[in-house]
Amino acid sequence: MSSAEAAPQLIGSSGDSLREAFGKALTELAPSYPHLVVLDADIAGGTGVHHFRKAHPDRFLQFGIAEQNMMAAAGGLAAVGLLPVVTTFAVFCLRAIEQARLSIAYAKRNVKIVASHPGLDVGPDGGSAQALEDLAAFRAIPGMTVISPADPIEMALATKAVLDFDGPVYMRTGRSPATRLFDEGHRFEIGKGQVLRDGRDVTLVACGVEVARALAAAEMLASENVSARVVNMPTIKPIDSELLAHCAADTGAVVTAEDHNVYGGLGGAVAEALAKTCPAPIEFVGLQDRFGESGEPQELAEHCGIGAAAIAQAARRVLARKGRTA
Amino acid sequence: MTSAAVSLFSASEREAPLNAKLAAAARYIRALSIASIYHAGSGHPGGSLSCADILAVLYCAEMNLWRDALDDPARDRFVLSKGHAAPALYATGARLGFCTERDALTLRKLGSPFQGHPHVRDLSWVESSTGSLGQGFSVALGMAMGLKLKRSPTRVYALLGDGELQEGEVWEAAMCAPHHWLDNLVAIIDYNKLQSDDLNDKIMALEPLGAKFQAFGWHVQEIDGHDVAALVAAFERARETQMRPSVIIANTVKGKGVPFMENVAQWHGSVKLSRAQAEESLAALGVSAGETKGLLDVLR
Repeated sequence: MSSAEAAPQLIGSSGDSLREAFGKALTELAPSYPHLVVLDADIAGGTGVHHFRKAHPDRFLQFGIAEQNMMAAAGGLAAVGLLPVVTTFAVFCLRAIEQARLSIAYAKRNVKIVASHPGLDVGPDGGSAQALEDLAAFRAIPGMTVISPADPIEMALATKAVLDFDGPVYMRTGRSPATRLFDEGHRFEIGKGQVLRDGRDVTLVACGVEVARALAAAEMLASENVSARVVNMPTIKPIDSELLAHCAADTGAVVTAEDHNVYGGLGGAVAEALAKTCPAPIEFVGLQDRFGESGEPQELAEHCGIGAAAIAQAARRVLARKGRTA
Repeated sequence: MTSAAVSLFSASEREAPLNAKLAAAARYIRALSIASIYHAGSGHPGGSLSCADILAVLYCAEMNLWRDALDDPARDRFVLSKGHAAPALYATGARLGFCTERDALTLRKLGSPFQGHPHVRDLSWVESSTGSLGQGFSVALGMAMGLKLKRSPTRVYALLGDGELQEGEVWEAAMCAPHHWLDNLVAIIDYNKLQSDDLNDKIMALEPLGAKFQAFGWHVQEIDGHDVAALVAAFERARETQMRPSVIIANTVKGKGVPFMENVAQWHGSVKLSRAQAEESLAALGVSAGETKGLLDVLR
């Protein structure tokens, strides 16, 4: 057997995952951003920045498996005028969140934290690796912008947008093959959501992998003569309050969907915004305050109640509540 | 108030040889630290007093910092990783004219830029926000790495406490800096042997400390951290060291210069100084009764 045949095959390095889209976009953008440096903690192949390492080795900084040092060092790199992009898994961003808080956010350093492997989308690595708290945790840091794009096209656009944005950002990518939702004409603006499908009975607000599932749920609901509006909300903070208020006023009921615990993430942000502008009944699709487990992402989504069917079911529940409150 | 400032380092001291000037600067840093902690009603005197000589040598002899060019990209960078010694850093700034003495005495007051721990967004001459131990060391490493990438000759200095070395992040950074050949990075350990609650040895022993850094690939020097000439020489040797970062293990005395605080863990802080304690401390530091009155009554 030749050594090539004996070499292990890496699992899950899909050509159409958000992490691949991020890594490739970053690599292509690099020539236009001379101060850009990418920080890695020995998982470049996992986060997609192996593309960057190959093309721009002099701007690729290896920190070893030591995320706390990497996160705080990013603050130091920014302090001397570089544009650091910290890359690791979402769960390890949680490990270094206090460094992100003090040495990046409190110090107002222009650092981008890009996290792959968020939520159940991690799949078979199981509960220990599935970060279901990151959106809430980073959203709670003053001045931190939080983004979770939905498809590879949006990921590439968001990558450019965060490099152009002045301030600390936490952005999720994704491990698994992503459903293509958008074409090349898609637009992304930090702080703006978009209506992907119009509807009048209920609004489904989703981010990340849940956007495709929300669209599938809207399709299911249509067959029951329920007209569901689907909103892609890639920026969790600052949330697009204006669009949410508009949608809540139009449809009178809201469902949020995220690959995250139901506390403090997209659902929390939507509820906080609507409580101030246009209160409406809301149902929250996400992990119901539990950890994940091993399994393939799609079967995990169904098992843990964040699949399309669970979103459709939440829509039926909120419609029933809307009927009662109307 | 300014009168007290001027009298704290007399005309004869300004004409003195370097080592005498540095010792005078350290004495000033200690005195103003005590006064600011007295006015604040809280703060960390022990670790501020122990690092005064280190700060005096760094700012008055080693680093290329000028009051009129504090935003010069080529300036050397200092990170107070042991951020709780903020009173000593602010006193150093006052000594160099980065701020007024009166401003430094607003330590820990509402609305004051002289926060309980240094904050980069409040004072232009503070290089990093610190206070959570271990982080400043990594920030300094990031600065050193970035400056190398930019082919800058600028050097970066981080002052760490000894208790701080118990943070795992410190050893992440200690492993990283030699791997990246950061010979523009100097770590100084304020090794006063005491931490918040007790002796390092009782809380979590650090020894053999020099051997640890040596094993990690650092150029190691161990000196008397109150000997300004030794400090000047150690920084000189660190500058001559190529291809690896330098650590200066500065043996110090917690509470140095104030006998009732020396080697007593309880003066780590955060503590309230009574008027009598502040007066006794300043007297021990050689501050005249008149100057003491000026320093302690100024905010009244």
